Amino acid sequence: MNDVSQSFWLALQLILSLDTDLREIVLRSLGISCAAVFLAACFALPAGAALAVSRFPGHRILVVFLNALMGLPPVVVGLVVYLLLSRAGPFGNWGLLFTPTAMVIAQTILVTPIICALTRQSVEDLLVEYSEQLRSLGAGRLSMVLTLLWEGRFSLLTAILAGFGRAVAEVGAVLIVGGNIAHHTRVMTTTIALETARGDLRLALALGIVLISVVLAINAGVHISREYAQRAGL
Amino acid sequence: MPVCISAVNMPSAPAFEAPLDGRTMGTVTLTAHPGILPLAVEQLGLDLPGHIRALHDVTFTLTSGDLTVVLGPNGAGKTLLLKVCHGLLQPTRGSVRWSGNDSYGTQRRQAMVLQRPVLLRRSVWENMDYALRLQAVDTLERTQRIEKALSLARLELVAHRPARALSGGEQQRVALARAWVTQPEVLFLDEPSTHLDPEAARAVEEIIASIRSAGTTIVMTTHDLSQARRLADRILFLNRGQLLEQQSAMSFFREPDTEAARAFLRGELVIY
Repeated sequence: MNDVSQSFWLALQLILSLDTDLREIVLRSLGISCAAVFLAACFALPAGAALAVSRFPGHRILVVFLNALMGLPPVVVGLVVYLLLSRAGPFGNWGLLFTPTAMVIAQTILVTPIICALTRQSVEDLLVEYSEQLRSLGAGRLSMVLTLLWEGRFSLLTAILAGFGRAVAEVGAVLIVGGNIAHHTRVMTTTIALETARGDLRLALALGIVLISVVLAINAGVHISREYAQRAGL
Repeated sequence: MPVCISAVNMPSAPAFEAPLDGRTMGTVTLTAHPGILPLAVEQLGLDLPGHIRALHDVTFTLTSGDLTVVLGPNGAGKTLLLKVCHGLLQPTRGSVRWSGNDSYGTQRRQAMVLQRPVLLRRSVWENMDYALRLQAVDTLERTQRIEKALSLARLELVAHRPARALSGGEQQRVALARAWVTQPEVLFLDEPSTHLDPEAARAVEEIIASIRSAGTTIVMTTHDLSQARRLADRILFLNRGQLLEQQSAMSFFREPDTEAARAFLRGELVIY
């Protein structure tokens, strides 16, 4: 108990002193996860909205498949990306394995189905309310997709947030494709795993506190902006 | 020569100078183009899922300039009739023929205000701008038209407020202005003053009167018989999906032809 409280106290000291190693790991983690979420959102938001407003043979199967992909095992994704980027793999000559780029790729693959499936659901719910009105105003399929994405912007923040939560908390895939190399590919989750295994709880706890704080802060920000938007009629 | 939306070319609409409580509206110059009226609805039928016959054998012709009110009890098919004419629903039988040959152009020259209009989560101005952008209207003309529509609906003071933050009456006026800003030749209004208090309903009626005097042909549904008496030139009376009467408002209210219509006017439940 004494060890835990001492570790906790030392962790707080690390955070308050803005320890260089801690800061580097946190910034790298956030950079990689934000890049992955951005790339995923660029594809998943319009794709999810398009899936919501379209009907075609196999639509239902695609929706079921997309929902299933939300539970994609990170280590499997990590393994596949590893095989693709390893020297013997099809993209081996790009030299991306054990780089932050490889970690972004793995996280993007993990996050895309989550954002896409949640976007599809949100937009489909909106479509019930907006469909007749938009058709009456003369909106085509593309206009409808863009309009509904904008109209649902505050709901879609939740989808993006869910993706970010998954990305920033992910450990399996980034460990495989990043290699957890100090000052290069070491991120919060892989450091926590490593330092815990080594028995150095100080840094692990400090990173744990930062990780939870970041997730809480982003959630609170999104919640407040949604509340404000609802009150203001935006 | 088909009917044109141009106020200059329309004998029934010499110019858009519609006064509202002593306020004079601006003059709207509408671009001349081939008209889409008359609208010929022939033996129209609409079946809903479960083989429910919502409309059957509805036949009428809509000509330019009139304000037509579709009357009938709940479930008579009034809203569905408007939606089929507007193109939101496909008829199961029969036809809806506009005089315009180009279906895209026809769609652009008629608008509808739904019973529960959905305003976009943006400002009043942007709601109207959205409707015009969909019709690829250029920036300068968009600004001019929106200013006129805001003036018509007396929404100048709330132009930049979020549309969804407005009162029910104001939202209905935004919906009317958004439909009218596209300069439709025909405007379908589905119970435009339902759920509004008398003052808001009166404001909506004034806007409808202004739109009409600007040369737009209006087809509307209402449950308010006194509103129908005030506004209608012509009545279509529907009951259980059938068009039982179509005649001038004056003769309909004075002497309806059918027992169903007489019962409806007496405020009795129509079970025919």
